[in-house]
Amino acid sequence: MEKFIEISQKGNHPISRRKLLGGMATAAVAIVQTANGQVIQKSISQSDIDPTKKVGLGPGEIGSRSLFVKSVKKPSEISSRSPLQDFYGMITPSDLHFERHHAGVPVIDPSKHELLIHGLVKKPMIFTVADLKRFPSVSRIAFLECSGNFRGGKEQLSPQEICGLTSQSEWTGVKLSTIFNEVGVKPNATWFLAEGGDAAVMTRSIPIKKGWDDAIIAYAQNGEVLRPEQGYPIRLFLPGWEGNTNVKWLRRIELSDQAFYTREETSKYTEPIKDGKYRIFSFDMDARSIITFPSFPQKIEKGWIEIRGLAWSGRGKVVQVEVSVDAGKSWHLAQLNPPILDKAHVHFRYLWNWKGDETEILSRVTDETGYLQPTLKQLYQARGNEGGYHMNPITAWQIKRDGNVLFKVESN
Amino acid sequence: MKKYGVNVAFVFTLLVILSSFEHAGNSSKLEIANDSIPTSFGIGRIATQKEIDLLDIAIRPDGKGLPKGTGLVSYGRQIFDTKCVVCHGAGGIGGVSGSLVTNKTSTKRREKTIGNYWPYATTVFDYIRRAMPFNEPGSLTNEEVYHLTAFLLHANGIIDSTTKITSKSLPAIQMPAKNLFLMDDRKGGLEVK
Ligand code: HEC
Repeated sequence: MEKFIEISQKGNHPISRRKLLGGMATAAVAIVQTANGQVIQKSISQSDIDPTKKVGLGPGEIGSRSLFVKSVKKPSEISSRSPLQDFYGMITPSDLHFERHHAGVPVIDPSKHELLIHGLVKKPMIFTVADLKRFPSVSRIAFLECSGNFRGGKEQLSPQEICGLTSQSEWTGVKLSTIFNEVGVKPNATWFLAEGGDAAVMTRSIPIKKGWDDAIIAYAQNGEVLRPEQGYPIRLFLPGWEGNTNVKWLRRIELSDQAFYTREETSKYTEPIKDGKYRIFSFDMDARSIITFPSFPQKIEKGWIEIRGLAWSGRGKVVQVEVSVDAGKSWHLAQLNPPILDKAHVHFRYLWNWKGDETEILSRVTDETGYLQPTLKQLYQARGNEGGYHMNPITAWQIKRDGNVLFKVESN
Repeated sequence: MKKYGVNVAFVFTLLVILSSFEHAGNSSKLEIANDSIPTSFGIGRIATQKEIDLLDIAIRPDGKGLPKGTGLVSYGRQIFDTKCVVCHGAGGIGGVSGSLVTNKTSTKRREKTIGNYWPYATTVFDYIRRAMPFNEPGSLTNEEVYHLTAFLLHANGIIDSTTKITSKSLPAIQMPAKNLFLMDDRKGGLEVK
């Protein structure tokens, strides 16, 4: 409360009008300052109050969600999933972007953080965060998905629980190719190692071609500097590539004529394929889609329903999304909400008049390479039954007669 | 009439000039020409060898990056029992943070371990040095990491108990999982892979 009044007195009104308003508002709403300095509304029997009869809160320093909104990530010990079912467009709010880290979120003072680039370069160099921001910048909207983004096994699963390890932001930074030019990459460099400054000192080997193509050293997300959970102050961003390669808290890049075979690209992030073999350096995220409405735990009513969802491909643009409302017997084209961007989530819609019958609804995406999102059965046929990383199966929702929606469990 | 003629000539000349500009390339349009990007921005500073050595901790399969040192299985076992056993279990089997050693007697679904899933022995050194023990990352000396690497390779049946590990011998060790992996060959298109 104290804090709020103090802020308002710095405003243009010498007679603190907001102080007055603030005082009145407290009758119904307590203003609470959270540990991280956020001012939020906390209701005192809020629903009894007619908002036209009560002056509301004055302007604050930072926005907040309505106290009626309970949109949160779902954390486990190692990751935190985006509530895909709560999203309306293509952008993931930064504070709801999924998290996956291997030794927690480090606290990094940007004035002390530097990026070293060395190895097969003409000039080994060090760039401060401020240095990196001086280079020509790029911005692009693209998804970021963890390759371990797959869950099943029971009917009571929401989109968040099934595949909440994907999110989308506008990323801003300097192209890695700009930095490559600055240090002068030697012609025999074929890979580079990206290393993070967290307690895992995360490392991944990346083919140099990706560095020249579209890699970004990102320092901003959705118009503001990166969130700590997303690599503040800098991260590698590799459009369309598995989440783990997008090394956060980036501190070092080493150019090499071979891969390093780090723990995260051998023991982890490799997946079974047939005949007892395992796939290594699986970078591209295959095309995927999921219906986010209606989905568990929502309940629907008879009549017109706009089926909504997300579709994306790590290999380029989404070409079409098809929706089935008869358990996959027939398919219909969904509407894609523009813009349809390269390596980006696209929001899709399909109008359906539900008559109250039991059925299943599904979506499947086709990308610009002609790749059609497979069924779980097809994935198991191609790779064996072990599951693992890079699972992108068609997701089906069962619609029950009473309007309940349940995830359709498929066994292998 | 004359005036009109002059104007025609003027307009014609202008057109010729404009079209010649167009043929000349981009100069008639507001475009970013490539030559406006300098070969160097002169931003950043040259890294000294000392600065590089401080951070350059990655070990490659060919042994590049390995520091000098020797690893002994018996020493490694002692360190493991004090610093690792709480999370990785007795002998590296069955701990809360996962097994590091292949359990040959187990009938359960096989856990992926150094013995059955790691293609290069150098990765064991690299990973332990950078990230373990989980509750105190970066606290081990190079010598301790060598000993632990020797112990874990022995526990997985890859070297015998008297074999010493050095920067020369570690990269030469043939791991059981060496040929387990195939490079990604997915390309999109019609095939499900
Ligand atoms: C406090 C618990 C803890 C202690 C102590 C600990 N570890 Fe770990 N260890 C972990 C966790 C958790 C992981 C998995 C980390 C991840 O996946 O990012 C791990 C992973 C590993 C791995 C990789 C396993 C694989 O199959 O990928 C190795 C090797 C390892 N630890 C070695 C050691 C050694 C050697 C020590 C003793 C110096 C040690 N650990 C001490 C918790 C611990």
